[in-house]
Amino acid sequence: MRDNGFKVGLAESSDALRVLSTSGIDRAVQARPALKALLCGRRSDWDGFDTLFDAYWSGRNVKLRIPMSGNAALASQRTIKTLSEQTSHAGETALASDVERREADGAGEAAPAGKREGASSFETLTRTDFRKIADPDAIAAAHKLAERLSHKMRTHLTRRERIARRGRHIDLRRTIHASLGTGGTPMRLVLRRPRHKPLRLVILLDASGSMSLYTGVFIRFVHGVLDHFREAEAFLFHTRLVHVSDALREKDTVRALDRLGLMAEGVGGGTRVGEAMATFNRWHAARVVHSRTCVMIFSDGYDTSPPELLGAEMAHLRRRCRRIVWLNPLIGWEGYEPSARGMAAALPHIDLFAPAHNLESLAALEPYLARL
Amino acid sequence: MEQRQDIADRLAAIGYIADGELATALVLMEMLQRPLLVEGAAGVGKTEIAKALAALHGTELIRLQCYEGLDRSDALYEWNYQRQLLAIKAREGQDAAATEAHVFSEDYLMERPLLAAIRRPIAPVLLIDEIDRADEEFEAFLLEVLSDFQVSIPELGTIQAMTIPRVVLTSHDTRELSDALRRRCLYHALDFPDVDREARILLTRLPGIDTTLALQIARLMEQIRRQELSKVPGIAETLVWAAALVGLKVTRLEEDRAAVYETLSCVLKTREDRARISREVADRLIGKVA
Repeated sequence: MRDNGFKVGLAESSDALRVLSTSGIDRAVQARPALKALLCGRRSDWDGFDTLFDAYWSGRNVKLRIPMSGNAALASQRTIKTLSEQTSHAGETALASDVERREADGAGEAAPAGKREGASSFETLTRTDFRKIADPDAIAAAHKLAERLSHKMRTHLTRRERIARRGRHIDLRRTIHASLGTGGTPMRLVLRRPRHKPLRLVILLDASGSMSLYTGVFIRFVHGVLDHFREAEAFLFHTRLVHVSDALREKDTVRALDRLGLMAEGVGGGTRVGEAMATFNRWHAARVVHSRTCVMIFSDGYDTSPPELLGAEMAHLRRRCRRIVWLNPLIGWEGYEPSARGMAAALPHIDLFAPAHNLESLAALEPYLARL
Repeated sequence: MEQRQDIADRLAAIGYIADGELATALVLMEMLQRPLLVEGAAGVGKTEIAKALAALHGTELIRLQCYEGLDRSDALYEWNYQRQLLAIKAREGQDAAATEAHVFSEDYLMERPLLAAIRRPIAPVLLIDEIDRADEEFEAFLLEVLSDFQVSIPELGTIQAMTIPRVVLTSHDTRELSDALRRRCLYHALDFPDVDREARILLTRLPGIDTTLALQIARLMEQIRRQELSKVPGIAETLVWAAALVGLKVTRLEEDRAAVYETLSCVLKTREDRARISREVADRLIGKVA
């Protein structure tokens, strides 16, 4: 079980033994649901259990390792095993490889020579090696910027909160305790200190082929953000949406990028912004977005999903969060108009639409973010 | 494992249709005295498990609804401050230590769900609803209470559980709960019932309903849940809708399509969903199940 990522300990083993030794359970048919309830801890366990159980009890020497998505334990094992293979083909999967440009179906207008516009629905199967972007200076710069931002946002908020909340919320329990000394007259009011709730930053990063020139910059920035903000979540999307906060929370940059590379299979392929947003709204928004959340989307807006879908999902998200900031590297280009249909559909629901193609442009956001 | 069938039967008798896996989990709950963690989409009947369990054992159901910011004093206990203040006023001039001892006695203690659950002489069912909404600190605190079944109140000392409550935790499959909590619990993933089970639920809950109609409704619900909806209807919606149809004296869905379409608002809860199941779509779906 443990080989397959189930988190079971000695207590479970002994309980399993107790259950199995109970009279009446002598056949696998009866043992299965009992062990299932006992040994599963999450949905992925639950869905994989029956296959595993059959594989084991059918007695055949079948492969016991069943691939399950979102399985951290398994992923880490894979890291060690495939590390050498990975390094060997790292050179082939350069961030801006041409292969990924196939099947561009031109969601935007015809791209002028030299500019790469348009979206693709193609999913690359190669893994991008994010370690290639691990230039220590660049990483340090990105972290500095993120730290400065987080500091700005935090100091600002605490000051405002202090003003707004002064005098509210009397802590009666402590007040009464304090009043015993003065014979029950509450001379000193103890105020309940509000639990500090910082603004949360949720970052959705487009890692499709058309964004590949910028992915490196943003990844470094996102890593810095997760390092310095207490409340931040990060997602990566291309044809699918991947939750990458955990991988990027790793302090060690090289390890973080390594883990990211494993999770982010398909990076550099096509973009389905609309579907990624739908997935986000459906499965993650309830958990990571609250009324004090700023959602930051890094994308060029080239989308192969229907534009209405993106529009609807953006409207949905807009109702949930405090601000939506859309950072589009293409704005930096001369004569850029948000003409891609997906971008046009999303535009009405965005609070700030700003350029971002390097760290300087991100730094230019500082005053805006500080006001949030 | 005769108990399994036994539990399933007894649950059916009080109106809860459980499948074999759930019945087993409930048996194990008794046997190992572990809490049961139930995950699944909204409306699949997670909360109902706790209610059924309480009815089954003829005990009280104590419910703790979790939300962001829930803390110990909301979940465990609180002192009745108003009364304490009055008591202190009334005893003015008396010995301060005696006053303190008096105000921090049982009389002024207001128990909240967790404390209530461990102080009942007959073990109640404790439902901790939507645990994924509570903050992580609270989850950790809960873990402590659930493993020791004792609570320490600084002014009173440690309170030992009189009985170990049966604990059901529900979660929406969304936020990642801690491994520590998961490991301490039995696990059950609840899905929408299949047609057969949903029809049986209708027949048990609405005794007046025609068997064919119940089956038709169950099949139609299965079809509706397959559509792209923003709010997938749960079992409670099915029950309300079925009751509405019975009330309108509909006996076959295909015979009274207008009534079926007009009562769909029992099931579809957003404007977009209503628009998605247009009259034509509804007709097609009814055609499929009739």
